[in-house]
Amino acid sequence: MLNQYYGDYITVAVFVAIGAILVGGAVAANRAIAPRAPGGFKDVAYESGIEPIGGGWNQSHIRYYIFALLFLIFDVEAVFIFPWALQLEFFSSIGSGLTVLVEMFVFVGILLLGLVYAIRKGVLTWE
Amino acid sequence: MEFVDNFWFQLVLKLAGILGVVLTGALVVIYAELKIGSHMQTRIGPYYAGGRWGWAQPLADGLKFLQKEDLSPTGSDRTVYGFAPYVVMMATIAVFVVVPFGPDMVGANLDLGAFYLLAISSLSVLGVLMAGWSSANKYSLIGGLRAAAQLIAYELPLVLAVVAVVIQAGTMSLNGIVDAQQQTWFTIGSFNISAPFIIQGQILGFAIFMIAAVAELSRIPFDMPIAESELTMGYLTEYSGIRFTMFFLGEYASMISLSAIAATLYLGGYAVPGVHGNIVNLLGPGVLLTKVAILVFVIIWIRWTWPRLREDQLQTLAWTWLIPLALLNIAIVSIFKVVF
Amino acid sequence: MTVSIADWFKETANWVFILLAIPTLLGAWRTVTSNNIVRSVLYLVVSLGGAAAMFLSLGAAFVGWTVVLVYIGAVIILFLIGIMITRAPLGMKAELSHASNVRMPAALLSLSMFVLVAWGLIDAFSNTAIEPFEPTPTSDIANLIFSRFVVPFEVVSIVLLAALIGGIALARRDDGGGA
Repeated sequence: MLNQYYGDYITVAVFVAIGAILVGGAVAANRAIAPRAPGGFKDVAYESGIEPIGGGWNQSHIRYYIFALLFLIFDVEAVFIFPWALQLEFFSSIGSGLTVLVEMFVFVGILLLGLVYAIRKGVLTWE
Repeated sequence: MEFVDNFWFQLVLKLAGILGVVLTGALVVIYAELKIGSHMQTRIGPYYAGGRWGWAQPLADGLKFLQKEDLSPTGSDRTVYGFAPYVVMMATIAVFVVVPFGPDMVGANLDLGAFYLLAISSLSVLGVLMAGWSSANKYSLIGGLRAAAQLIAYELPLVLAVVAVVIQAGTMSLNGIVDAQQQTWFTIGSFNISAPFIIQGQILGFAIFMIAAVAELSRIPFDMPIAESELTMGYLTEYSGIRFTMFFLGEYASMISLSAIAATLYLGGYAVPGVHGNIVNLLGPGVLLTKVAILVFVIIWIRWTWPRLREDQLQTLAWTWLIPLALLNIAIVSIFKVVF
Repeated sequence: MTVSIADWFKETANWVFILLAIPTLLGAWRTVTSNNIVRSVLYLVVSLGGAAAMFLSLGAAFVGWTVVLVYIGAVIILFLIGIMITRAPLGMKAELSHASNVRMPAALLSLSMFVLVAWGLIDAFSNTAIEPFEPTPTSDIANLIFSRFVVPFEVVSIVLLAALIGGIALARRDDGGGA
């Protein structure tokens, strides 16, 4: 049951858990020794020393959405490019290296058109 | 059963080792930052605090933070606010799983090592956005958005730079990548020459990786998300005491992990050219940590000598320069791989 | 092949499955029922994390980490940024309306989706034995993508391009003066 793969991912899970335990332990220690005196102005959100103006809505510029969208698209590209990078040696050893190379270049080229479009339309520049 | 016992025993050893590296490493780097910063900018600072050469200063800072009251602003979402440092720290520690300190001294030698660490480190963006939103503070929200936009913009060049290394090594396992740098590159007479990837034509990749790494750490010159002069402390504005310490510790731990990854991918990792066998397990950690120390020094050096980039310059650099350059790098490396 | 319940619980893999399925389902449930839109997205992270862990436990490590990289690392970030730039009342006040007249259609839609997917999976894979914790090499995936599935692979790039151009077209101002 306990093979290499399983053991590796138990290790990963334990490491992730240790990250949480580290923070949890520090917060617990802090709770044990730190003073607690809630209330007063220290709970007011910091706004350079004056009382906060307005509360609710806080719209930001749409460009952040475009960044996230661009990121998502190139992230998907990264998912395809990793297996390709891994197997490029194998493909070129069986003689289909150039074909596979061209396949990926076409893929990335089409996505680059999107990046060029974004740059040309000026959505990445500030005014 | 013997293997099982062995596995759990090894796991405990690995955890102890990693916690040692992360915690003492972070303290040492914080100390180094104070000292190097004060030397580079002639910031003299206190003469008598912190013992000889101020060695106790980072420890004293930590103890001070530990005793502070745990505040959360009114109107904040306390659950999310409290959980954000957990997300950041879990992602930070998990990256260390695949960093090899020696042929056998590795948390887990995953086949997907390089892919794994990119996936897991992308989680810290989530922590940043959680912190920014849940604080119920305008600086935090804007800072969170800026930080997220920056982290994702520079994650792509980082990923694409790693892809070029994967092509050259033909494996995603970090141990495999170190081994590939130990392989014979060419021979002169009867001498087999092996070289780290930075010499084997990955200079562009290394440069892109390091620029992106500094940006991922949100350090000067890429510290717009937490620019004091306009956003107070960005998404960390409302954090204080122990929760702030966790973000702070996480930042310095990521500095070590990113440097270790850069050293592994480009500088030969734990390996010493020409040395093989069990002795590498013994030398490995020292070799890797020396390389890490050099890279960490460079990152600190950059912080104390460069001015800050403007928000738009920062995004333009990533999208119009680094990403196309990283793709070009991949194209060159892959053409070399196929043609030669 | 019938398996008695007692036998089913003897398998470690089944315990791992239960351990992962519970947070996945709870996360999904809270995603739908939460009153706070940002928390909804964060519960979705829990659910997706469970799904990623499920893939890992089945040996599909590449797919599992892809879920983390693309879904948690990018799609969720897109959601959060989208919410935060438009309608993110700070802190706890981000209320969602749960109009009762949309509940029934929504429930019906998701139920039919569930039946469709479940039926499809059972129909296709009910006789396939999957060895848990046995890794599928990533190289197999590469070999398939770049030989048998080349055309779908190239089409993906066009779909992504269309999504990007659509997003930019929506986000731009109409006056042609750029963003």
